Amino acid sequence: MTAITVELNGVKVNDDVEPRQSLADFLRDRCGLTATHLGCEHGACGACTVVVDGLATRSCLTLAVMADGRAVSTLEGLRADPLMTLLRRHFHESHALQCGFCTPGMLITARDILQRYVHPNAELVRHELSGQICRCTGYANIVKAIVAAGQDIPHEPPAPEPAPEA
Amino acid sequence: MKSAPFDYLRPKTVAEASVALGRRGANTAAIAGGQSLMPMLGLRVALIDLLVDISRLDDLKLVTETLDSLWLGALTTHAAIEDGKVPDLFNGLLRRVAGQISYRAVRNHGTIGGSVALADPSADWPCCLIALDATVRIAGRGGVRVERVADFIHDSYSTTLTTGDIIVGFDIPAPKAPLRWGFAKVARKSGAFAHSIAIATQAKDGAISVVLGAAGPRPRPMTATANQLTAPASSEEQVRAAITADFDAHFADLDAYQKRMHTANILRAVREMR
Ligand SMILES: Cc1cc2nc3c(=O)[nH]c(=O)nc-3n(C[C@H](O)[C@H](O)[C@H](O)COP(=O)(O)OP(=O)(O)OC[C@H]3O[C@@H](n4cnc5c(N)ncnc54)[C@H](O)[C@@H]3O)c2cc1C
Ligand code: FES
Ligand code: FES
Repeated sequence: MTAITVELNGVKVNDDVEPRQSLADFLRDRCGLTATHLGCEHGACGACTVVVDGLATRSCLTLAVMADGRAVSTLEGLRADPLMTLLRRHFHESHALQCGFCTPGMLITARDILQRYVHPNAELVRHELSGQICRCTGYANIVKAIVAAGQDIPHEPPAPEPAPEA
Repeated sequence: MKSAPFDYLRPKTVAEASVALGRRGANTAAIAGGQSLMPMLGLRVALIDLLVDISRLDDLKLVTETLDSLWLGALTTHAAIEDGKVPDLFNGLLRRVAGQISYRAVRNHGTIGGSVALADPSADWPCCLIALDATVRIAGRGGVRVERVADFIHDSYSTTLTTGDIIVGFDIPAPKAPLRWGFAKVARKSGAFAHSIAIATQAKDGAISVVLGAAGPRPRPMTATANQLTAPASSEEQVRAAITADFDAHFADLDAYQKRMHTANILRAVREMR
């Protein structure tokens, strides 16, 4: 067993884990955070995507021991996040889920897309979602929801450069 | 998809990591991004006694421009290159290659060192680094050695790495003038491993080179093709004949469909370069 400390959804967690345990299994089985879903366990489906030190991360391709000292956010911890609140509303309004299995990974990835791109269009969102599989195949509405959420974020044009001193 | 048990070490230096990887009588592996090793452990195609976590070694994270080359530490991630966080000496080629590897969550952690160490015949970095004539620096029990990436990769999943070896990084020679390049890939969907990777580049003196990946155990320079393309006023028929000659020399196992696919992909990369 190896001792780890993880800042999990803003709270420091100390635990002893088996080195072979994936971050996904740690989150689900040790911490009871079951929003993180496991589809393929080899990086292909995206259902297990969480945020580690600000980076979208496959929790099935990371060991719990490798998250030692890192900050991990799961969907549970993003409940009050403004971007997630906006995305949740648009997923609801656009009917962007059926069974909901892929939804946690879709939401975390959607948030990552909106953090990296201003007003992404449908083509870009489709491309960025190519690592997220929805077995209910509800892609059209998922793309619609993310594009609409992006449109709802005001983006100020960059402030003009100050005039050089004479 | 659960790994068998193993011990875990997170050494503080490259030397300590090298010693740990050489532990007597043990099957060991280094882990960098884990984006290839984790599935291999889960599928139990990799069975180890000890995992050595090299992902926090600062000596493997250095990125710097030298007088005539770019140095990329082994831990440089695909996403860092995609985001333009490394100097661009190759007219955008590295960014283009990085940005289409797998998916963002994988690119956030997957490293160039891990990709070359694994030497998957369909991986993108081996092909790109061979096209740019990069060298790889390796720290091991016998000291440090430098090899051309083209010589380092022997066969599919087979390199000169032995027990205790760690890739430190890559030295990529800077072109004398803005590099002209074309990159073309055939894959079943965006982010999937390639069925064909073609990279064409043109040096300042006009000499063209072409490297083909995912067509055999390792990427190979297409020398007859490159010579034909460099010759003035080559017809497409002559270029196609040269490509066939290179297939016969380097990729003799290709079937008729694969030959057509790789030929089309090479011509696409060459057109993009021109
Ligand atoms: C769904 C998915 C799709 C993918 N698609 C593509 C694709 O289209 N193209 C592509 O090129 N790749 C693809 N990859 C692989 C990805 O690029 C990996 O990041 C890369 O192959 C391995 O890098 P890593 O840092 O994760 O290595 P790890 O998984 O940590 O290690 C891989 C191997 O390299 C060894 N190793 C790692 N670093 C070093 C080092 N510094 N010195 C010595 N040995 C080392 C390890 O011991 C291990 O054997 C994909 C991966 C996934 C999960
Ligand atoms: S469960 Fe992690 S990507 Fe499918
Ligand atoms: S809503 Fe069912 S898998 Fe996506």
